[in-house]
Amino acid sequence: MGGFPILSLMLLVPLLGAIACLFVGERAARSIALAATVIDLVLGIVLWARYDIGGAQWQFTERADVFAGFAWALGIDGIALMLIVLSVFLMPICILASHSINKRVPEYMAAFLFMEVLMIGVFSAQDIFLFYIFFEASLIPMYLIIGIWGGDNRIYASYKFFLYTLFGSLLMLIAMLWMVNVAGTSSIPALMGYDFPADAQVWLFLAFFASFAVKMPMWPVHTWLPDAHVQAPTAGSVILAGVLLKMGGYGFIRFSLPMFPEASADLAWLIWTLSMIAVVVTSLIALVQHDMKKLIAYSSVAHMAIVTIGLFAFNVQGLEGAMMVMLGHGLVSGALFLCVGVIYDRLHTREISRYGGLATNMPRYALFFLLFTMASVGLPGTSNFVGEFLSLAGAYQVNSWVAFVGTTGIILGAAYMLFLYRRVVFGEQKNADAAAMPDLAPREWLMLAPLAAATLWMGIYPESFLAPMRSDIAILDARLARSAPESDARLAIEAVAPAEQHGGDHAPAHGIDVHGGAH
Amino acid sequence: MDFSTSLALIAPELVLSLSGLVLLLVAAWAGDRSARVVSVLACVALGAAFALCIPVVSGGLAGPDRIAFDGQFRADAFASLAKLMIYAASLAALILAPAFLERIRSMRAEYPVLVLFSAVGMSIMVSATDLLTLYIGLEMQSLAAYVLASFVRDNTRSAEAGLKYFVLGSLASGILLFGMSLTYGFTGSTAFDAIGVAVSGELNTGALFGLVFVLAGLAFKISAVPFHMWTPDVYEGAPTPVTAFFASAPKVAAIALLTRVLMEAFGGQVEAWRQIVVFLALASIVVGALGAIGQDNVKRLLAYSSINNVGFILIGVAVASTQGVSAMLVYLAIYVPMTIAGFVAVLMLRDGAGDPVERIADLSGLSRVRPAVAWCLMIVMFSLAGIPPMFGFWGKFVVFQAAVQADMVVLAAIGIAASVIGAFYYLKIVKVMFMDEPAGVIEPAGGQPGNASLGALLAICTLMISPFGFLATGWLGALADRAAASLLLLA
Repeated sequence: MGGFPILSLMLLVPLLGAIACLFVGERAARSIALAATVIDLVLGIVLWARYDIGGAQWQFTERADVFAGFAWALGIDGIALMLIVLSVFLMPICILASHSINKRVPEYMAAFLFMEVLMIGVFSAQDIFLFYIFFEASLIPMYLIIGIWGGDNRIYASYKFFLYTLFGSLLMLIAMLWMVNVAGTSSIPALMGYDFPADAQVWLFLAFFASFAVKMPMWPVHTWLPDAHVQAPTAGSVILAGVLLKMGGYGFIRFSLPMFPEASADLAWLIWTLSMIAVVVTSLIALVQHDMKKLIAYSSVAHMAIVTIGLFAFNVQGLEGAMMVMLGHGLVSGALFLCVGVIYDRLHTREISRYGGLATNMPRYALFFLLFTMASVGLPGTSNFVGEFLSLAGAYQVNSWVAFVGTTGIILGAAYMLFLYRRVVFGEQKNADAAAMPDLAPREWLMLAPLAAATLWMGIYPESFLAPMRSDIAILDARLARSAPESDARLAIEAVAPAEQHGGDHAPAHGIDVHGGAH
Repeated sequence: MDFSTSLALIAPELVLSLSGLVLLLVAAWAGDRSARVVSVLACVALGAAFALCIPVVSGGLAGPDRIAFDGQFRADAFASLAKLMIYAASLAALILAPAFLERIRSMRAEYPVLVLFSAVGMSIMVSATDLLTLYIGLEMQSLAAYVLASFVRDNTRSAEAGLKYFVLGSLASGILLFGMSLTYGFTGSTAFDAIGVAVSGELNTGALFGLVFVLAGLAFKISAVPFHMWTPDVYEGAPTPVTAFFASAPKVAAIALLTRVLMEAFGGQVEAWRQIVVFLALASIVVGALGAIGQDNVKRLLAYSSINNVGFILIGVAVASTQGVSAMLVYLAIYVPMTIAGFVAVLMLRDGAGDPVERIADLSGLSRVRPAVAWCLMIVMFSLAGIPPMFGFWGKFVVFQAAVQADMVVLAAIGIAASVIGAFYYLKIVKVMFMDEPAGVIEPAGGQPGNASLGALLAICTLMISPFGFLATGWLGALADRAAASLLLLA
């Protein structure tokens, strides 16, 4: 690939846009923000088109040693590519969705554009400290977005969001300092191949876990999420659910698994347990919510638990499935928040009981909402089906109980989503004001149609999304092979061809050791 | 070593003391009318002293030929880097003063003179390699500071601040002197290198007591917990420009002095003092953070914030290695503009009657009334909290990196976890400024006198701690490394 620093350019465009927004009026700020995000979307598409599938592991690399102790090193692999594409795809939609924001618009747009810089930075950083800076800095714009433009209880939610995530990240920083001190390099690709001593790995894993589990969020440290989601403005919720949560998953797949394979295997029981609890408990909580945004927020926690189940299955299916759930959930939960935003803008309430029978007066809206509800449930043909199926299939190879409990989550997911849909869209029109709401405006079409198209594309032809990631997942799987936990399946007959992915061939002594550590 | 070489080595101090004396005479004869001229000339003197220190720092000069007066004084790169910060902070204190003091008709010609003498005292402190030189420098700085604290003498709070500072400062000096006499008695010398030789074997109880008392006395000066009680009261009562001065320059001087005493005189007994410094560091971080939460006055809050920051700086000292000293210097270099920017921003806010605004509640909705100041103050707050990409993060980063490199991971983990508590009250200021409705107390930007210079100072300091600061990390790190190496060369 040419030496053109396209990643730096993608960071620069929204940065300049953000600074420009601060100095102009409301209308100009909206136009600048839209223009900057669309330019970044075009750059993102160029990035995807020029990405050489099956080529070098790290592409579009740039490096400038302008700092002491760390470098301005950028570069992406297939995993990062897909997450960057997701981010730049969601951003223009968020800007469109911010139409109802009418106070302090220039600052709002600037905060969103800063957010975009930091999101792309997190996924493209190739230096561990540069990653940390982007990762941590994303707290500042999000804090402001929730705190200034959020709902009634926004101050509490913004504090909770900030302090929760900060605490997790600081422990990770100490671990990073230790790792760089031991390994002598701060380059992420180099660290991904470095073998840390097994006893230190446990501590390092836990420190990173503190950060990513909060960001993800995993049960029981998920409680900031419903507050933040409910109080954030619609576009804030979309970015939070669509991209920020993915930083946690990205952290697991980029740092925890490849850098600490032994500790990941030793502590897989912890992740499994928390994920199993999360799937069931948060789904049940979602079932009893009266607030639409809160319901979707809890469903996010449940979906993210499927991601961790897939990640810690230590095989190709699980890892690919986790990535697909992340991408699919990014689209679908973002779309669901937009759907809530559409009717919130009309009636200014998120109470489920205030709506009903919208299918009569808003048929097109009802159709979109139905598609995204089905996608969230994981209906075949939509994005989430592919990911959830792969994740659980991967988990089944390792531990059938995890797969079993994870699958109940899918069933419960169908329950709460269909229940939500029935109460909002079907039934009788009991509220006159809800019955008088107009159907989708062209701007809302423009927001929802691309998301619907992408959801279907990902469900019908997932190969477009899996292809760039395949070789990177294979590399990760090869790295994990030496420590992957043994399957709990008691096969009566030997498999015809020993499955290479899930480590059927590793030394017996090691397998016992791993197993012993796991209980 | 002849006398003229020694004089050449103390050129910055000579410039400052001579100009201080001359300006004192000018002030005595010309009276307060000359305040402005004296201020400008004092700035020039500080600038000249600053320029004289630059070659020493950039050349990383060290070694026996930087020793003056037979081992009483050392003008090495470490001392000179500290002096650069001290002179810059003193310069800021001079620029800040007129806007505040002229309005209450308290701008007198003594102010710049006192700042100059204080700067001389601090220069001597950071260069001292003998307990007696140390004490002379410390007292010279302190006496000027006591007067400065009560500079607005018809204001009871200012007078109270001066008195409190004087009483507690004298107590600290007494403790320090007691420790020095014990050290002298048990080691037979007041020179740092001779003490270092005497305690290189086993540390006897008397010398240990000496070390503890010296440390306690110096902990007062840097306001480390548990010797911090005077800080919030003095910071609140003293005129704001003086508070900005107290929070920056003397902190640098006292910490540099503490480092030199520990690394040179007691460098062979790291284990004896490390646990004390670790305790001071962690206690300062935690108490500074917790104490700040309940404050409703910005100056008191910044006082607790400075206690909190001293804790982080002391982690660098506790590491007791070249990396630790270098990290501490980098932290100080970031801390000084960060603190000054905070106070300048507060100074720029006036209510309808033109009185300074100090209550946090009055900052409500500042982002609507004075957006530029609010954005700068937000950068300062996130920087103090150590949130990247603000440059304040880098200070914490290098300090914790040094701690991790020295295998003090637990110390680093506790310290960094406690910094979350600190983030809470920094966030509170941002919340008040950006998320609350305007309280209607603060006047929109107007033509208050001296606002242009304040604005320029705020812009410069904010730029230094903004993400652009990262571009200077390489250069800053190299300077600090050389300075740290010069300190440890003879130790």
